[in-house]
Amino acid sequence: MPADVGQPPTKTAMDLDVRGQDWYVDKLVSVLVFVGGISAVVLILGIFVFITKEGVGFVFGPMEVWEFFTSPFWRPTSRTEATYGILALMVGTASVTGLAMLIAVPFSLGAAVFIGEFATGRTRETLKVLVELLAAIPSVVWGFIGLAIMNPLIIETFDVPIGLGILNSGIILGLMAAPIMTTIAEDALKAVPDGYREAAEAMGATKWQVISKVVFPAAKNGLMAAVLLGVGRGFGETMAVLMASGHSINLPTSVFDSVRALTATIAAELGEAPVGSDHYRALFTIGIFLFLITFVINLMADIVIRGGGRKR
Amino acid sequence: MFEATNLNRRNHQIQWLFKVLFGMMTLILIVPVALILGVLVAKGGPAISMEFLFSMPRNGLTEGGILPALIGTMWLVGVALLASVPVGIAAAIYLSEYAPDNWLTRGINLAIINLAGVPSIVHALFGVGAFVVFAGFGASILAASLTLAVMTLPVVIVATRESLQAVPMAFREACWNMGATRWQTIRIVVLPNSVSGILTGIILEVSRTAGETAPIMFTGAAMFLPFLPQGVLDQTMALSMHLFVISNSIPGMSEEFKYGTALVLISLVLLMNALSISFRVYLRGKKKW
Repeated sequence: MPADVGQPPTKTAMDLDVRGQDWYVDKLVSVLVFVGGISAVVLILGIFVFITKEGVGFVFGPMEVWEFFTSPFWRPTSRTEATYGILALMVGTASVTGLAMLIAVPFSLGAAVFIGEFATGRTRETLKVLVELLAAIPSVVWGFIGLAIMNPLIIETFDVPIGLGILNSGIILGLMAAPIMTTIAEDALKAVPDGYREAAEAMGATKWQVISKVVFPAAKNGLMAAVLLGVGRGFGETMAVLMASGHSINLPTSVFDSVRALTATIAAELGEAPVGSDHYRALFTIGIFLFLITFVINLMADIVIRGGGRKR
Repeated sequence: MFEATNLNRRNHQIQWLFKVLFGMMTLILIVPVALILGVLVAKGGPAISMEFLFSMPRNGLTEGGILPALIGTMWLVGVALLASVPVGIAAAIYLSEYAPDNWLTRGINLAIINLAGVPSIVHALFGVGAFVVFAGFGASILAASLTLAVMTLPVVIVATRESLQAVPMAFREACWNMGATRWQTIRIVVLPNSVSGILTGIILEVSRTAGETAPIMFTGAAMFLPFLPQGVLDQTMALSMHLFVISNSIPGMSEEFKYGTALVLISLVLLMNALSISFRVYLRGKKKW
């Protein structure tokens, strides 16, 4: 008589579910990569928490909200009466970014169309690589170019006493932002299905008609996002603007005037402000303001791209 | 019978006009920068010598070389990579291989875009608040590198995710069908097939990290130090910071020195980029699927 008759089966379904080393390693890795995955969220929240932590003592302390945004007087180190007004700094940032966008938007959209739609083969690849290399030039080198090359050039060309100002930093910033905008805009054009182009070409449309009547409308959202991201880039640029704008607090009346940007103010003054002082906290408050504005710009770009995706 | 009408002809003229116009616009973006780079080479080239690259600065930075800045940049980039590459690759593996299409993933993607879009000076503020003051690292290589790592994390994540996603789904499915776990599939099939793409992204990150100035100004980069850094808690000079310092505030600084420093920095960054790009082109040609 076999020994196992009348005995319950020795192996159950539970026993077959072998949770060996491989299973545990797999679970461990999935937890680890999840931690890595949410690191970006943790860091962006961390950035907000830490700059808010340092700035909050100013926001709820000596800051007068109305004065902060409307006073053109930024005198954090005045012994008798320190005033914290960022109007002139906002105007500085806006004028430099504005001029930069006047240059960068048309040229980078034009370049994107040329590279994406007109150029072919080797020309196209070469241009793409060149644009990518331009985008890699560090901002401190751009600042140096502004100081060392553009400054004498502007003085000589326009016969003005100082070549550092809105014009200089606007051109520098425009040249800096253009390659990035070109790349994003070209991606947006590439996202338009080839079938659209072929259909239009089959109807006898010329290349330009295809671009203006078919590709542009279809890529509208992507192009808009490219412009938005370019604005965000210009807005947040620090070193080049610090070096090429002249860095004097000023409500400008001409493009040759020297201005000071929000970002540049932090870069120039943080080293001198004692940790925990009103001045130090006011600089962090500017940081909060910059963070929120770029966050909104990036969010808008994201929504614009997504909105385009849904319609198609 | 198929003669072009006046309308046809005009449309083609318009097309030609726009092609030329946009081509000119492209050139206007590229040519001035090429000229500027030419000026940098012409004026900075004569300054480059073994002494310039490999000796300490002397006499208020106006003589000698840029050795401590070069070494310092290597320290900063090295430590930043140690911090950001593992985290970035993990994040990319999660996003490419694990993440379901839900609100959390969308949040992560938005966070990555924002991390890349936040102004560099805000990253500097974060570095001061979090690493220098809160974590107590003081102004040091560690604090500066961590700040750089946070800032360049999106570069690693995006490049790695792209190369992971370029591995065909069928490769994974074949492996799963053999009874491999998810991690075994990633380790044996997905990563080996995308390692060169990941490397391309890392080289790109090196070039980004080496060029940044604002994030390290208050977290660990010094204007001048008469010695080389000995450990991660030391301050250090850095090439980008050095260029900023000497192009602004040093009296009696020779033009040649400034241009030379700018030339070294930009060559370093562009070489790394060119390496990354040619690597990518080479891989695209070699691709088997």
